[in-house]
Amino acid sequence: MNVKKTSSPDRLWDFFCSLKLTIFTLLMLAVTSIIGTVIQQDGAAEEYIKEYGRSNYELFQKMHLTDMYHSWWFVGLLGLFCVNLICCSIKNFPRVWKFVSQPMLVAGDGTYKNSANKAEFITKEPADELAQRLTDTLKSAFTRPTLTEVDGHLNLFAQKGIYSRFGAYMTHLSILIIMLGAIIGTVWGYKAYVNIVEGTSITQVWPRNGNQPIQLGYSVRCDKFEVEYYPGTMRPKEFRSLLTIVDNGKVIYDKAKIIVNEPLSYKGITFYQSSYGPAGTGTFEIEVTDNKSGDKLTVNPAQGQRVPLPNGFFFSVDDFTASYESYGAAAKLHVDTPEGKHRTPFIILQKFPQFDARRGGDFSFALKSYHQPQYTGLQVAKDPGVWIVWFGCFLMVFGSMSAFFFSHRRVWIRLSHEQGKTRVQMAANAHRNQAAFSLTFEELKKQIENTVTNKA
Amino acid sequence: MESGQLFNFVTLGYFIAMVLFITYLATRNSKVAFLAHLFCVAGVAVHTLAIGMRWYESYQMPGGVGHAPLSNLYESVVFFAWTILVIYLLIDFKYKQPSIGAFVLPFAFLGMTWAQLTLNTSIEPLVPALQSNWLTYHVLTCFLGYAAFAVACGVSIMYLIKVGKEEKGDGPIGGILGIFPSIRVLDDINYRAIMIGFPLLTLGIITGAAWANYAWGTYWSWDPKETWSLIVWFIYAAFLHARFTRGWVGRRAAWLSVIGFAATIFCYLGVNLVLSGLHSYGGGGM
Repeated sequence: MNVKKTSSPDRLWDFFCSLKLTIFTLLMLAVTSIIGTVIQQDGAAEEYIKEYGRSNYELFQKMHLTDMYHSWWFVGLLGLFCVNLICCSIKNFPRVWKFVSQPMLVAGDGTYKNSANKAEFITKEPADELAQRLTDTLKSAFTRPTLTEVDGHLNLFAQKGIYSRFGAYMTHLSILIIMLGAIIGTVWGYKAYVNIVEGTSITQVWPRNGNQPIQLGYSVRCDKFEVEYYPGTMRPKEFRSLLTIVDNGKVIYDKAKIIVNEPLSYKGITFYQSSYGPAGTGTFEIEVTDNKSGDKLTVNPAQGQRVPLPNGFFFSVDDFTASYESYGAAAKLHVDTPEGKHRTPFIILQKFPQFDARRGGDFSFALKSYHQPQYTGLQVAKDPGVWIVWFGCFLMVFGSMSAFFFSHRRVWIRLSHEQGKTRVQMAANAHRNQAAFSLTFEELKKQIENTVTNKA
Repeated sequence: MESGQLFNFVTLGYFIAMVLFITYLATRNSKVAFLAHLFCVAGVAVHTLAIGMRWYESYQMPGGVGHAPLSNLYESVVFFAWTILVIYLLIDFKYKQPSIGAFVLPFAFLGMTWAQLTLNTSIEPLVPALQSNWLTYHVLTCFLGYAAFAVACGVSIMYLIKVGKEEKGDGPIGGILGIFPSIRVLDDINYRAIMIGFPLLTLGIITGAAWANYAWGTYWSWDPKETWSLIVWFIYAAFLHARFTRGWVGRRAAWLSVIGFAATIFCYLGVNLVLSGLHSYGGGGM
C-alpha cells in the first residue's frame, strides 16, 4: 500500500478546508442555537432561580446559557465556521479563477466523444467559410464565440453565465462582510433608550447594558406626543412624537414627526418611537359659574388641589376617569364651605356641560378639558456597521441567486478537413441544471445544423 | 359573495384534488391525474381571488383598517397554503410527476382546514409595528421559501418510502410505489426545491432584519423567531453543502429535508404557540 505521509500543518489545513467540518459546524450551530430559544436570555437571576432552582442556575451560569449567543463557545463556533469557509474558498478559488483567466478555447477529442450534449455533421463547404457563418449563428442564438486555429482545425468557443461559478464565493464573502459589519456595530455603536416628557429636552441617553449615560452632543426636545386610536376602540393606530433637534444653538430638525417604523436620524444616531406613558399629574380646565351673580371663571387645577372660589368657598377634583360608562370623560368634585364643611361629592361630565346646573347649590361646574402630559419612549441606536451589513446582505442575495438559479454554459465547435469534406463536431455543457440545458442545446443544435446544411 | 365562503370552496377544491391524486396512485389512470390538476389550478385561481377579495374587504371596513391580508395567524396560514400550491404547480410543470401531488396537497389542505375551522377569521386593524411595507416583502419571501421546503419534504417522504423497496431489488416495483418517480428523480426534485427555497428564505431573513432595523433600531436581537429562522437556514445550508460529498445524497439528504421542514414549521408556528418573543402578535387570533 502506498500511504502518502502528510505533515501535521497539511493535515490541519485539510481539516479546516474539509466539507465535513462545514456540515458539522452548521448542524452544531443549528442544534446549540435552540438552547437560547428555550432558556430565556439576559433575564434576572431571581427569575431563573424561581423557574429552574439555584443549582441549575449556577450550572447555566457556568455554561453561559443565560447569554449564550455572546458566550465564548458560541462565538467560537461562529469563528470556526468563518475559518472553515475562508479556508475552503482559498483552496477552491484558484480552480474557478482558471475558468475566467484561461477559458478552454479548444476542446479535446474526449469532450466531443463523451459530452452528454454533442452533435456531428459533414458538409462539402470549406471550413473557413462555414466558420464565418457559424460564428454569426452562435452570436445570434447563444453568444459571440472565439475562433482559434490549432493544427489546421478551426475551433469555436462560446460561454455564458460564467459569473455563476462565483456565486458560492460571493455568498461566502458576504457572510464574512456581514460579520464584520456586526463587529463594527458592536464595538463602535450602542443601543440605548430615553424617555422624554412632552415639552422637555434631553442631551443624554441610557445604554441597554451599562449605567453611565451617553452624551449625544446635541439636544432633543419632545414638543408633542399624540396617540391616535382606531375609531370606537382603544387600539392604538399610530403614536407619534414631534421632535426638535438643536445642535450648538442651531435648530436642525423642527418638530420632525416620528412614528413606529419611521425613525429620525442625526449624526449617525437614530431615534425610534418605541413606547409612551403618562408623566406627572394632569390638569383640568374647569369653568365655574356663580349661581347667585352669574359670574363665570375658568380654573386649571391638578387633581386634589384646593381651589379658592368667591365668598370663601373652595373646591377640589377628587377623581377622574377618561370614560365613565358611556358618558365619556368624568370628574368627581366636592365643595368646601367657608366654615370648612365638606359637602357631598358630585360628578360632572365633559360631554354634558349644562348637566351640573340642575344640581342647584352655590356654584355649578363644567369640565372643559383634561390634559395629561405624556412621555415618549425612544430607542436610540448608533450603528456605524449597519451599511456594511446591508452590503453583505445584498451580496448574499445576489450570490445565492446566481449560484442556484444560473449556470456556466459552454459550447465548443470544431471544423476539420476530411477527404475534401468538412467535419463539424459540436459539444456543450452546463455546470449545473443539466436537464434544462439539454433543451437549450437541442434548440441550438437545430440552428447549427440548419447553418451547416445551408437551410437557414 | 364573501372571501370566507370562497376560502371554503378552496379548501374543498384542495380536498378533492388530494383524493384524486391518491386515487391516481391506486388506479394509474391518467384522466384522474388530469382532473386532479384541474382542481389544483382552479383551486389556486379561486384562492388568489379570495385573498384579493379579503384585501378589498379590509378597505371597506370603517376606520382605515385596510391592509394586505398577511397580518395575523389566519391570514398567514391561508397564504402559506397558496404558496404551497404555486411552488407545487411550478415544479409539477417541470417534472410532470402527478404522484407527487398526493404528498404535497395534504399540506395545503390541512393548512386551509385548520385555518377555516379553528382560527380567528376577523379582519383586525394593524398595530403600529406592523404598518410597514417591509411586512409584505418579508411575508412573501418567507412563505415562498417555506412552501418550497414543504414540497421538498413531501418528495423526501416519497423517497424514504420507496428507497427501501428499490434497494432490495426484487425486480421491478409494482403497485402504488411503481407509479412513484424513480428515487434518482425524487432525490433531484428534493434538491431542486431546496435550491428554490434557500435563496427565498435568505431574502426573507434579510427583509425581516431590515424591517426590525426600521422599527426597533436593531437588525438582529436573537429573539426566538429570528433564531429559529437562522436554525432553519443552517439546516438547509448543511443540506446544500452535503450534496457535494458522497454519502450525503439519497437517504440522508431526504431525512435532512424532513428535519428541515419540521424546523420550518416550528419556526413558523411553534415559536408563536410555544415560545415567546417579538413576533408574539403573530400568534394572536388563536
